[in-house]
Amino acid sequence: MTSTITVHKLHKSYGSVRAVDDVSFEVAEGEFFGILGPNGAGKTTTLELIEGLREPDKGTIHTLGLTPWPRNKALLPRIGVQLQATSFFERLTAREQLQTWGSLYGTSKGRADEMLELVGLADKAGTRTEDLSGGQAQRLSLACSLIHDPELVFLDEPTAALDPQARRNLWDLLRTINKQGRTVILTTHYMDEAELLCDRVAIMDHGKILANDAPATLVRNLDARVHISLPHGTLPENLELPGIENTTDDGLTVTLTTAEPAPVLTILAEHHALAGIGVKGATLEDVFLELTGREYRA
Amino acid sequence: MNQTTPTGGAWAKFVSLSRAAMLGFVREKTALFFGLLFPLMFLVLFGGIFKDVGGSKPDVLQIGNASILSQSADAREVLDITKSSDKADALEKVRKGDYDAAIEQRGDTLIVHYSAADAVKANTVQGIVQSVIGIENQKATGQEPKYSLSSEKVEDESISTIQYMTPGLLGWAISMSATFGAALTLVTWRQKKTLRRLRLAPVGATPIIASRVGITMGIALVQTALFIGVGLLPYFGLTLTDYWWMAFPLVLAGSLAFMSIGLVAGSWAKSQETASAIANLVILPMAFLSGSFFPLDNAPEWLQTVSTILPLTHLVTGMQDVMVRGERPSAIVLPLVILLGFTALMTFIASRVFRWDDV
Repeated sequence: MTSTITVHKLHKSYGSVRAVDDVSFEVAEGEFFGILGPNGAGKTTTLELIEGLREPDKGTIHTLGLTPWPRNKALLPRIGVQLQATSFFERLTAREQLQTWGSLYGTSKGRADEMLELVGLADKAGTRTEDLSGGQAQRLSLACSLIHDPELVFLDEPTAALDPQARRNLWDLLRTINKQGRTVILTTHYMDEAELLCDRVAIMDHGKILANDAPATLVRNLDARVHISLPHGTLPENLELPGIENTTDDGLTVTLTTAEPAPVLTILAEHHALAGIGVKGATLEDVFLELTGREYRA
Repeated sequence: MNQTTPTGGAWAKFVSLSRAAMLGFVREKTALFFGLLFPLMFLVLFGGIFKDVGGSKPDVLQIGNASILSQSADAREVLDITKSSDKADALEKVRKGDYDAAIEQRGDTLIVHYSAADAVKANTVQGIVQSVIGIENQKATGQEPKYSLSSEKVEDESISTIQYMTPGLLGWAISMSATFGAALTLVTWRQKKTLRRLRLAPVGATPIIASRVGITMGIALVQTALFIGVGLLPYFGLTLTDYWWMAFPLVLAGSLAFMSIGLVAGSWAKSQETASAIANLVILPMAFLSGSFFPLDNAPEWLQTVSTILPLTHLVTGMQDVMVRGERPSAIVLPLVILLGFTALMTFIASRVFRWDDV
């Protein structure tokens, strides 16, 4: 496996704030790599360091085998970047936007229409970017960052502030981009997004990487708890349930937390108390809780 | 996947960015209005309101048959004479200020009735009548005049309103659109991270800056064409002097100077509101102090001193010199040097306060 990105002992501080604190990781070619963490964890700064937008205080970065800082013109045509804002030129139509960005990479004019097709905005070609919906603008922004067919794509919180439907649409698109052979680096503060899309996830908090593995492995390695929820009042009185670590009752739902759900479910079944039951396994949120000792709040 | 993407030349990128900038400008109704129509509206208003100021002849009523007056071609040239047969009515009109004076003849004497309300006009009329009598007296003797007066017109400071207003308001218009354009674009590009995104594209600073300079200069040239075009309409009667086209280098240097002010404002301001406020705060007082709207001849000395350090003063004076005062092309050298020097200074300051991001 060849490394597309190698980051070694990276440091970046703003004043007294350690935005990136001794971060090391590698990303393989063709991988879908996620950096997950709450706002202010240092995700964007890490990305900006790898892209070459900022100078690291300490540490080494190799992006596609090149040093990104100072601004490396050999690297720029090979990477595609979607920043946190949509970075459009004012009052251009979707097609003009793509043509203008494309011209900076020397792509042909026809490429704009191909990209509109790819992101499903062919019918919006003549619409000004200000008049696009949030999801459409994000897809166009993505198209702008892919216009020159880059081998490595950076996406900084592409689904933030999108409605659920638009998020799901964008996820499909991101999978397509990755399947076409591109290496994708995504930052997100959505756990579900990271779990669903990424081959590997680095969980980041306070500038440090706390864990870095496939989402399934992270969850499995966790001494995972299972949450069993029942409608309030359906749990038979004086029922002895084994291995329950915690019980909460908010007047609507009773939630039981256990490491061994099988015996609990068996007893509940014997007492015909399975109506309206919900069983939820561990997620990356539990991994985060385990790693940081606090609830995950994006 | 691993092919190297061919990157086009800097020229193609410049053309494409200029096209984007141009589309962005013409599609923005507010910018179009404030950049082109709003200053033009002032020209039309001021040009119309003050059309006759300064050039108007005194209006006098001639009561009955005042032969001395009606014989004199000189008098008709400098006075607007209306005939009246009713003396009482004529005096009433002077009293009300409808006319500057009423003149009647009794025997060989001309009597000027005037109102003390407008002493200047009254004195003018009296002076004119006095000289008319002098000329007629001399003619009556049948002798050739011993002394004569020959007058030649000088393009002096007191040029007519449209002559003064066209370069003045044009300077103001250029300063506004260049400053606001640069400041707002910079703030917007920073907020929307277009600046960052451009840094990540294989494009140098030159095509980007050149495209912005190009669009700003283009707007200034359109403004110049519009102002001169409207001024030249017979209704306004602008008369351009020989080297009027030497205003173009000034227009271009002026756009650069005010763009650089916009860059400082845009680099420093965090929001569009702040950027607009700074630009207004700089441009509006400067427009008044530079003599864009009215001459500063009667302003206190210290204000005139302040005026000389303002770039707009040099833009406007330079344009007036070549456009309407008939100065030679060399008149633009000093303003040009000052404007370009100012641009260099402001651009340097802008580069010091420039930020890629808000944080």
